[in-house]
Amino acid sequence: MHNKTIADLAKGLRSGEFSSVELTQSFLDRIKQHSSLNSYITVTEDLALQEAMAADGRLAKGDAELLTGIPMAQKDIFCTQGVKTTCGSKMLDNFIAPYDATVVEKFNNAGAVMLGKLNMDEFAMGSSNETSYFGVVKNPWDTNTVPGGSSGGSAAAVAARLAVCATGTDTGGSIRQPAALCGITGLKPTYGRVSRYGMIAYASSLDQGGPMARSAEDAAIMLQTMAGFDEKDSTSVDQPVPDYLAGLNNDLEGLKIGLPKEFFGEGLNSDVAAILDAAINEYRKLGAEVKEISMPNLKLAIPAYYVIAPAECSANLSRFDGVRYGYRCENPADLTDLYTRSRGEGFGKEVKRRILMGTYALSAGYYDAYYLKAQKVRRLISEDFKNALSEVDVIMGPVTPGTAFGIGEKIGNPIEMYLSDIYTIAINLAGVPAMSVPAGFVDCKPVGLQIIGNYFAEDRLLNIAHRYQQVTDWHQQTPKGFE
Amino acid sequence: MSQQWETVIGLEIHAQLATKSKIFSAASTAYGAEPNTQACAVDLGLPGVLPVLNKEAVRMAVIFGMAIEAHIAPYSVFARKNYFYPDLPKGYQISQMELPIVGVGHLEIEVDGIAKRIGITRAHLEEDAGKSLHEDFHGLTGIDLNRAGTPLLEIVSEPDMRSAKEAVAYMRKLHELVRYLGICDGNMQEGSFRCDANVSVRPKGQKEFGTRAEIKNINSFKFIEKAINYEIERQIDLIESGGTVVQETRLYDSVKDETRSMRSKEEANDYRYFPDPDLLPVFIDDAFKAQIKAELPELPDAKKQRFKDQYALDEESTTVLTSSRQLADYFEAVVKESACEAKICANWVTGDLSAALNKSGLEITGSPVNHQRLAGLLVRIADNTISGKIAKQVFEEMWQGTATADEIIEAKGLKQITDTGAIEAIIDKIIADNQDQVEQYRSGKDKVFGFFVGQVMKEMQGKANPGEVNKMLKDKLK
Repeated sequence: MHNKTIADLAKGLRSGEFSSVELTQSFLDRIKQHSSLNSYITVTEDLALQEAMAADGRLAKGDAELLTGIPMAQKDIFCTQGVKTTCGSKMLDNFIAPYDATVVEKFNNAGAVMLGKLNMDEFAMGSSNETSYFGVVKNPWDTNTVPGGSSGGSAAAVAARLAVCATGTDTGGSIRQPAALCGITGLKPTYGRVSRYGMIAYASSLDQGGPMARSAEDAAIMLQTMAGFDEKDSTSVDQPVPDYLAGLNNDLEGLKIGLPKEFFGEGLNSDVAAILDAAINEYRKLGAEVKEISMPNLKLAIPAYYVIAPAECSANLSRFDGVRYGYRCENPADLTDLYTRSRGEGFGKEVKRRILMGTYALSAGYYDAYYLKAQKVRRLISEDFKNALSEVDVIMGPVTPGTAFGIGEKIGNPIEMYLSDIYTIAINLAGVPAMSVPAGFVDCKPVGLQIIGNYFAEDRLLNIAHRYQQVTDWHQQTPKGFE
Repeated sequence: MSQQWETVIGLEIHAQLATKSKIFSAASTAYGAEPNTQACAVDLGLPGVLPVLNKEAVRMAVIFGMAIEAHIAPYSVFARKNYFYPDLPKGYQISQMELPIVGVGHLEIEVDGIAKRIGITRAHLEEDAGKSLHEDFHGLTGIDLNRAGTPLLEIVSEPDMRSAKEAVAYMRKLHELVRYLGICDGNMQEGSFRCDANVSVRPKGQKEFGTRAEIKNINSFKFIEKAINYEIERQIDLIESGGTVVQETRLYDSVKDETRSMRSKEEANDYRYFPDPDLLPVFIDDAFKAQIKAELPELPDAKKQRFKDQYALDEESTTVLTSSRQLADYFEAVVKESACEAKICANWVTGDLSAALNKSGLEITGSPVNHQRLAGLLVRIADNTISGKIAKQVFEEMWQGTATADEIIEAKGLKQITDTGAIEAIIDKIIADNQDQVEQYRSGKDKVFGFFVGQVMKEMQGKANPGEVNKMLKDKLK
């Protein structure tokens, strides 16, 4: 059961082959069996079975949607009413949200079953899941390696079949990079396509929630539920949501693919490059035209990102002050002590590093040199994407420079860790949508192909990914021990 | 000595906008609820929540901008002002920094008959913080977030005022204006209208400004004058005794009538303003401005002039009548309804009615006697049904109950007697009974005439037409 796609499971639920309760129980059993992966922070067993029962009711009444009764899981960045929402931090270890994030509400309305809350880098700051207060998540393809981050729990859980699908969030690559390292399909939608309400903010102008699934088709089903304008999020865009399933099989004849030379230069592992070549060749066979393009400002993405994201996070995380909720230090002597110790003890190292960087970048006398300059760079990068996407339909390239790295390998060197997002960060700065699609293996470790499209062209991206998945089976591989 | 010093004052006024809900959430802005009952997830700054701008707050800011003939920014931006305080839930206040919604405008004030134009630098939208409560918590501090997220319009003046009197005049004028516009209830006790004053002194004739001190959070006209005057003297004394003024924030203590240092410039926060990524820029187009302009009410100065022209009223009455839009409207409604002479209507509205309202602590909108009932009373004075004196008695009755003037006059039999025969009989009787006084009057003691009027009126329970009584008495006493 656990190897089936959403569409197949939906059929099985309707034909009576299995019930949602049975399906849910089998996933709960698997989660227990594979708890050493540490992909879940909270497993909501009772709630899941209740929801499954309700879903079975809806299915019996014929009032079900595609996601009704499907066991999935939420990244622990999305607020869930009555269920602990930690954001991977000691700061929120005791936080139970009194409301549901819009994305959670939408999955609830669709009748999806929530198995639990998934592990992640603390406040989504990290590329390896090693910054989580709840411990590192292991990559099911090689448990000595990281699953990527920050949506590492989501990627590992989907790859290990501990959830049919999962939500993720992506600020600089946090959906795509772990999707690539865990061999699953992940989509970061256009900024504004999915509501951020109830999604704990890291860098508000970059954060975007999206689907993490086995296939492009499953991602399309999830996005159908997630996408749309939300009056509670002013930055969500009021634009109709297309039928993502309708165009999945569209022909790719004449598709123009751009390959930025900046993506294929120094720093890209040659084995990974070979896999990407092969994937792009598949697209040629499907009728696509491929041309080299140039996006000269891409090299500025990492420095710009590490000014803008920390600047926003330095303000976004100010609310965690030990006053109203979350971690509060023992016996504060006075107000300053309450603040400094609650925050000093409640936040981990990487979070504190980014708050400090951001605070510095916004300080009087530095604002123009850092924040304003970074915003100018951001505009240049957006222009690069606009120009490129007026020339070609989609841009393709690597998601990560290499495959999953070892646990502990990069955590001591922040710069090296930051460079693992070199191919994904620019996309967030521009706000365009992008996907990571499984494209092969190097030494039994998955490699992802990144497909980047124009604003609100998620339907096109899903179509392009789906057609590739019709002629390849990389996305159907299962890590050993999790079959 | 202080003759050689010139004072320079600029005011920052926070006017709480009279929206029903908060500036970035749907929670109510009503004052006085139980602590933390009017704070929703957004106001509490819970993880994951997002602000959504209240359009009504924007509309009110634009109304204000139009009224002071200011430049309305076609594109304005909200920014985060970062600082930690327990009653600031997010650790930043959403405000506007570089691109405020209202740009340069002005306001005319008058002090001792001299008119002066005060420049307004800008007005921007922002959210209020909550309140820290230090009493009743056994050494701990309580936080009430009901006020958090209440919309404020911060109105920043140019340093154009040269005395505490001018500052008060400006503050009063602004207070009157925002209430006229219906964008702020102006309730200073509840903190709906509060003021920070930037005060400095410089030798007369010097171009450069002196170092300024900012006096925070003054919420009465009386205190602003006292605080500024205290501060001016303090600064002059300091300089004249060889000291220098330091740039700092000071608090006014109304009990001791003094200002004292709160924090120096060095201790001041670096607020690290940057555009709030959760909110889109505000775009205001010409059509929206045109619509607001069309809906703009008559402003106080224009109304005052019109009252003088149209109703031939004196300065004092027009000032009182136009002190609030509601009072002016009431007056005009009385004139229209009663078709009486405007001066009489004005006398009643500014006289008996205003006195009764003051006594009961009511605003005109809460008056127990509405304009129709007052008009009904004035009509009966005009047509001689009752005298002015009886009218006061009828008004008393009207204030207490719901009856109309006619009903009261009828029920109490207060109708004025104009029957000359009845009056004559009484006069004859009074003259016969008071021969001593008749003698005195006839020997030239005019004052005694009042005695006769009083006696007649007493006898007739005040219902005689006083004109008629006077005329007949004079004839009979000849």
